Amino acid sequence: MLLFASLISVMTTFGILLSIIFEALHFFQTQSVSYFLFGLEWSPDTAFLEGAGRADAASAQAKFGAVPIFAGTFYITIMAMILAVPVGLMSAIFMSEYATPKLRAQVKPFLEILAGIPTVVYGFFAALTIAPAIVKFFALFGIEAQYQNALSCGIIMGVMIIPFISSLSDDVISSVPQNMRNGAYALGMNKAETIRFVVLPSAMPGIIASILLAVSRALGETMIVVMAAGLRPNLTWNPLEDMTTVTVKIVESLTGDQEFNNPLTLSAFALGFVLFVVTLIINIISVSTIRSFHRKYKVSTL
Amino acid sequence: MKAPNDNYFYIPQIKRRNQKAAIFKYLTVLAIVFSISFLVFFLVDIVRAGYPAFTQTYIKIEVSINDEVVENPYGAVNGKQLKIISRAWLRDLPLLIKANPSWINTKQEFWALANSEVDQYLKGKESRTSERDRAYVDELKNDGKVELKFNTLFLLSGDSKIPENSGIYSAIIGSLLTMIVTIAIAFPIGVMTAIYLEEFAPENKLTHIIEVNINNLAAIPSILFGLLGLAIFINFFGVPRSSPLVGGMTLALMSLPVIIVSSKAALKSVPASIRQAGFGLGLTKWQIVRDHVLPVAMPGILTGSIISIARAIGETAPLIIVGMIAFVPDAATSFSDAATVLPAQIFTWAGMPEKAYLERTAAAIVVLLVLLLSLNAVAIYLRKKFERKW
Repeated sequence: MLLFASLISVMTTFGILLSIIFEALHFFQTQSVSYFLFGLEWSPDTAFLEGAGRADAASAQAKFGAVPIFAGTFYITIMAMILAVPVGLMSAIFMSEYATPKLRAQVKPFLEILAGIPTVVYGFFAALTIAPAIVKFFALFGIEAQYQNALSCGIIMGVMIIPFISSLSDDVISSVPQNMRNGAYALGMNKAETIRFVVLPSAMPGIIASILLAVSRALGETMIVVMAAGLRPNLTWNPLEDMTTVTVKIVESLTGDQEFNNPLTLSAFALGFVLFVVTLIINIISVSTIRSFHRKYKVSTL
Repeated sequence: MKAPNDNYFYIPQIKRRNQKAAIFKYLTVLAIVFSISFLVFFLVDIVRAGYPAFTQTYIKIEVSINDEVVENPYGAVNGKQLKIISRAWLRDLPLLIKANPSWINTKQEFWALANSEVDQYLKGKESRTSERDRAYVDELKNDGKVELKFNTLFLLSGDSKIPENSGIYSAIIGSLLTMIVTIAIAFPIGVMTAIYLEEFAPENKLTHIIEVNINNLAAIPSILFGLLGLAIFINFFGVPRSSPLVGGMTLALMSLPVIIVSSKAALKSVPASIRQAGFGLGLTKWQIVRDHVLPVAMPGILTGSIISIARAIGETAPLIIVGMIAFVPDAATSFSDAATVLPAQIFTWAGMPEKAYLERTAAAIVVLLVLLLSLNAVAIYLRKKFERKW
């Protein structure tokens, strides 16, 4: 009975994997794998649009080239990380090195609240407040930004990620042995130097692992992107244009009225499969890194 | 104090190093201040956007009630009034009359629900009301026939295509039913798993696989749980789409790892001496766990479970995949009815073009945040109350 209960988590993982692979295989029976991975155009509705105008058979084919989608996903993730990594890491340093226990106890709940806000709420905030503010701000310089822009999404996603990075890095930095700090002080380093040249380098594997976990969180984030960054696959470097991500396409292709065996519906599972594989690899790397880090310093909190 | 140059202990390099150190410290403080000020700005902005939805405009009108009104309630008011009064209120008028048969062939005064555009106009917001309607509303206002009242409809009615008539009641019921399913599945399984892994499991390949799996499961994007729910629960087992049942099952699988990890930590913190005392009295392993270890670990287990449930309440993406963004005007009455949940309702309203939905979205967010914060507060209270050092 107890063993069965614990097997449920294993079954869930395999359930996810099998169901996704199974449907993804259905998808790849009709669509080419190489075009999915390397094609530059995602236009599943062309078949529908062609009915009205040109009717040549070659272009009537729906196109499932996922590169613009992957590009959007990574681009938005990178933007989120540019905000979240410095802020999160600096917060972690403050919490573990500078803050008194009392101050720490007062500040921590704020970060916890930030972590507990549902992403649909963040998405609404991004669309309601941040995106118009960005449009207005860039209009001052005569640059035109779209109301659904990748930048607002990146900013808000970055804020969402801050608590994850800060709490994990805080944990890692606190587990660097005090002896190492004392050694640095004995050599005449001041506190900031100790942190920069001794504590951070020795905590680096753990910090990188926590950043990786945050990356996988950002890759899988859905609601913020759905509400703030748009639905159009758009291969561009301009953060002021709309963009889309893997998760958004999954949502979009499963909320329509299509038949379940439609390639559009099945494409969600192909995208989900890629997402699953990528996040799984990242997670395994980061969890094992954090583990070996803790083993090195002989603390066992994970 | 001497000038720096006359001070023997003054070394420019050290001064520079200390300045750098101070800058570094300020940067870390800045990071914290950034997060906190964002949070404050965010909360203020949402509350500011949401609080108007808690009041609503009502207009006093006189209706002469006869059988014709029951047949065609839209004819009960004159053309001028028809433009400012909610169609939802007029639609419900016959029901009101049927409940009070004595009103027939009399004149009655009502506080009628105003339509959303008038409501927005009176709240000083952008509105599509025409100049003539505005003048008429202003005139009524001067006569004291317009009033902003507490918006009970927002809390007591379900979703509606008529903005002034829409509320979060059905979404709250949907959330409640979904959470019941989630708790009923995730809590026992999660606690049993934790007990097995912590107390009974032998060290072997299988338990190692389970442990690694749980860690991975905790970090899988939530939307993939939606894909699982769709492919397995809906398409394979035929659980009804959009129902609290399938939503709850999906969320249960999602919140399992958090419950397991926190329950394991709670069980681990129970000192070995309690178990040894049990063995000394000749109890079996199961008796020790059931009667001694589990009660001691319970507060910790509950804390972790409440936190994971709070996370599940705010989750949207997997529920959208299993169809819980359906338009649901009436509250679900069973676990297999179509239902919507609060975050999904927020998502739906956020996409509506009418301005009146904007403040409702923000107000629903306020309700959701209050709910989540109070759940977290309960968790913190539990943790504080039962905190124990062995």
